[in-house]
Amino acid sequence: MTHLLDLDHWQEIRVALLRNRTRTLLTAFGVFWGIFLLMVMLGSGSGLRNGVLQGFSDGATNSFFLWTQRTQKPYAGMPAGRGIRMTNADVAAIREKVPEAEVVAPRNQLRGFGGGNNVSRGRKTGAFSVMGDYPEIRRVQSLRIETGRFLNPIDVEESRKVAVIGTRVRELLFARGEEPIGDSIVIRGVYFQVVGVFVSPQTGDAAERDAQTIFVPFTTFQRAFNYGDRVGWMAIISRPDVPASVAEEKVLSLLRSRHKVAPDDLRAFGHFNLEEEYTKIQGLFSGIRLLVWIVGVGTLAAGVIGVSNIMLIIVRERTKEIGIRRALGAKPSAVVSQIVSESVILTSLAGYLGLVAGIALVVGIGRLLPPGGAGMFLDPDVGVGEALQALAILVVAGVLAGLAPAQRALAVSPTVALRSE
Amino acid sequence: MIRLTRLNKSYPMASSKLHVLKGIDLSIAPGELVAIMGASGSGKSTLLNVLGLLDGYDDGDYHLDGQRIGQMSETKAAGLRASLLGFVFQSFNLIPFKTAVENVALPLYYQEVPRRKRNKLAEEYLDRVGLADRAGHLPRELSGGQQQRVAIARALISNPKVILADEPTGALDSQTSLEVMEVLREINATGVTLLIVTHEREVAARTRRVIRLRDGRIEGDGPPETVFGTASPAPAAFAHVVASTSDSAPAAVLAT
Ligand SMILES: Nc1ncnc2c1ncn2[C@@H]1O[C@H](COP(=O)(O)OP(=O)(O)O)[C@@H](O)[C@H]1O
Ligand SMILES: [Mg+2]
Repeated sequence: MTHLLDLDHWQEIRVALLRNRTRTLLTAFGVFWGIFLLMVMLGSGSGLRNGVLQGFSDGATNSFFLWTQRTQKPYAGMPAGRGIRMTNADVAAIREKVPEAEVVAPRNQLRGFGGGNNVSRGRKTGAFSVMGDYPEIRRVQSLRIETGRFLNPIDVEESRKVAVIGTRVRELLFARGEEPIGDSIVIRGVYFQVVGVFVSPQTGDAAERDAQTIFVPFTTFQRAFNYGDRVGWMAIISRPDVPASVAEEKVLSLLRSRHKVAPDDLRAFGHFNLEEEYTKIQGLFSGIRLLVWIVGVGTLAAGVIGVSNIMLIIVRERTKEIGIRRALGAKPSAVVSQIVSESVILTSLAGYLGLVAGIALVVGIGRLLPPGGAGMFLDPDVGVGEALQALAILVVAGVLAGLAPAQRALAVSPTVALRSE
Repeated sequence: MIRLTRLNKSYPMASSKLHVLKGIDLSIAPGELVAIMGASGSGKSTLLNVLGLLDGYDDGDYHLDGQRIGQMSETKAAGLRASLLGFVFQSFNLIPFKTAVENVALPLYYQEVPRRKRNKLAEEYLDRVGLADRAGHLPRELSGGQQQRVAIARALISNPKVILADEPTGALDSQTSLEVMEVLREINATGVTLLIVTHEREVAARTRRVIRLRDGRIEGDGPPETVFGTASPAPAAFAHVVASTSDSAPAAVLAT
């Protein structure tokens, strides 16, 4: 094996590969393309993943939402199809009886979407979503304050008439350059003072929706819009050491018993578990990645089989030369190492170029994207680990591709040297 | 140096066997210069393949340099070839994309001699066959005679005890043939055992022993004069050949 250190060993490989450039290039392209595709697909996969998971970025993944629907089963003398109303008492009960729930944030909402105009300022009006919220909502729904501040506990405590508005709300209700902070807007006939403007870190539709949202204190909302002690829905965050699903189960069974809902009536309360959703999406992307690897490795395998075939042809063409070398004292191991080296060099060189080109394309696309990402696409990237894995696969593939041709070369009898053509 | 006893070799055919060497008994002493003659198909190349450890045989015995050569691994055969044997072929068999000096150095590459050392040795051997100035040339840039001399230098570089040449002049014109023959004779003069397969009388006449093969059997064995029934060529005629090709008749070889 010392000849691996010999310059001539590598020179021979160079000569062998350059002897038929077109053929070498075409063969190399197969491997190049396989790796290139693999890298681009992995990069796109990660971009998609980053884009989608960004929606969860700051939001607590150990949280869930719950709201009321109609009962599906008769229970305790009550008919099915009964509507349920949650109240402040439910919030208090959960806080008291479910220690797994760290934050219980009740919410109410005035729907703006598709409805009539519900907010105005002077002559300007608009239809917006108005949320009655606790400040803790920010732990569930990520928001960035652009100017001013978000709701605080005192706002809730004192039922202050303050509002934090989205950027689209500001656009529609205020003139360009007009300062909204400290000014008033009218929601359903009630004046609220604007204390902050927020920006959504989301992309696409979600960002659009956030921009048309107004946050007011939960308590103010109930009073101002005659909601009494009604609670529309709740956002609940479980303790860090408790899975959201566990807290969710406890809260649900507590509410079922408080509202005389059958314990097995699963549809009476609606709920949405961010953690579950997150895991599901994570799983989806693991699946996509697996698929990408299977497809990529398949493409790569096709390229490698191409290398193997070409090497077989090269060996056949060089039968006489191999015979001469063996007559001159080349040991079988030297012949094998020669052929396998050629195969490994061809495969890994072509693969390396494909790797670099693929990563360059992925990084280039990443650069071209706007800072917040485009649509569901953000920061496409190929991990160093994955790139190294791909390289290792290449070298192994190169060795495998060289084995059959090397076997063929070994079968060449040295007597061919004496045969005159 | 070489001893064959009742050696048989046949090639397996589709249904039967082709019996090519039929009980060859042969003994060659160190330093001999032997020509092997015979009609085409009489088994000359087959014999050389067996002697050169390029191929096996069926039964009988083969001793090379005191060692019995039986069944052996290809790795061991390659090692013995590298250390004991040199080959010269009819079609020169130089590697076409390697320069003269690289071709000469090739056997040492397989013996894992460091690059610098083997290239230096290769230049010395090229000089011995009078081609020092062609070291960097590719085979296709050399004449047939020059290519064969490169091949001879390649056979010599590993310092073999036996050189086996299969029709070394078969592809050369008679003038060049005689020049190459002279180079081979000079090598033999340094003590290397030399076996030359040839069908040319002029070539065989310049050896000291001629073995005639016919249909896989030794039909005649003796000095050229007795085998051909004529005297060996006059020294004067030979001197004429050398003189007329003074640039390619290597003084260095003659001096060693
Ligand atoms: N590898 C082989 N397989 C089968 N038959 C062979 C092989 N090599 C040579 N022969 C046959 O063996 C006989 C002797 O061949 P060879 O030794 O090449 O003769 P020569 O060199 O004297 O012309 C011929 O009939 C030839 O066809
Ligand atoms: Mg022959």
